[in-house]
Amino acid sequence: MHELSLVYSIVETVEQYAKEAHAKQVNSVKVRLGALSGVSKDALLFSYDIGAAGTILSGSTLEIEECPVAIFCLPCGQLRVLPGIQKFSCPECDTPSGDVRQGRELDIVSIEMEID
Amino acid sequence: MNTRVLEIRKGILNKNDEIARTLRKTLQTAGVFTINLVSSPGTGKTFFLERTLRTLREQGIATAALVGDLATDNDARRLAEAGVPVKQINTNGRCHLEAQMITDHLADWDIAKLDYLFIENVGNLVCPSSYDLGEDLRVVLLSVTEGEDKPLKYPTIFNSADIAIITKMDIAEPCEFNLETASANIRAVRPGMQILPTSAKSGAGIDEWLACLAHCRLAHRVSA
Repeated sequence: MHELSLVYSIVETVEQYAKEAHAKQVNSVKVRLGALSGVSKDALLFSYDIGAAGTILSGSTLEIEECPVAIFCLPCGQLRVLPGIQKFSCPECDTPSGDVRQGRELDIVSIEMEID
Repeated sequence: MNTRVLEIRKGILNKNDEIARTLRKTLQTAGVFTINLVSSPGTGKTFFLERTLRTLREQGIATAALVGDLATDNDARRLAEAGVPVKQINTNGRCHLEAQMITDHLADWDIAKLDYLFIENVGNLVCPSSYDLGEDLRVVLLSVTEGEDKPLKYPTIFNSADIAIITKMDIAEPCEFNLETASANIRAVRPGMQILPTSAKSGAGIDEWLACLAHCRLAHRVSA
């Protein structure tokens, strides 16, 4: 369970941007979580209020955009989105591929805030 | 009051990633090849590492190890018996190591004298996968007592690793461990991954592991 420390990282980054923008309040924070990020959406949501308490993020909502894994399939010559993370093979031709092009995301995408 | 949306697109672990990048550069400049060992608790990381350190020392290769645990310095004391510099990193309850902890614990070592630096991560198959420690090679260990389907249960960490080591092969038979199934599961989540069956107790597979390390180090130097 390292989601709370991730929330503290989110809070630290957002606080910095909010301060620079002279924001009065942060309404929401949008993050992108890849299926291979190693992070649990539920645990992150659960930790968010705890980490946000007492900061400019207090009362804001955390929006999580989940991102599936996409591999590049050489025989097909294109990106293929995987239905899960137990099998890294092309869903069309079944060729294994370790060429992961998407799914490791662990990013803050945007912040919505109130400014005077 | 105006509502404003600010696009920032920044990694949540950006701070750790930056520290790891600096650390990697420092270690590479000093000519040190760094290995991050990850596994569940009880896989035998410490015993495996002890054997590795001892054998490398006998071959005249300079190594050092950092070992992470939630508490106690038991592992560091065990590893120190191999006769190489070892330091314990106590995470005080945290479930993983972070790049800053590595940087801090290397501060008073002369890393330029080292060939290899081993980092034994906290026994955990979830959290360590997200944290870059500045390593050149991430090695995941799986013991024969854990079951062949572990890679399917924890695909993220297996996918993030470069090499898989199977430990405790000396007791594979009584555990009814099927190496073929385990290997197929590892390669399902990480196609093409090199898998080395070993026993730190009997010494089986240790020479292959050290040859593999030497090869990786060389390949790394050529590409660097």
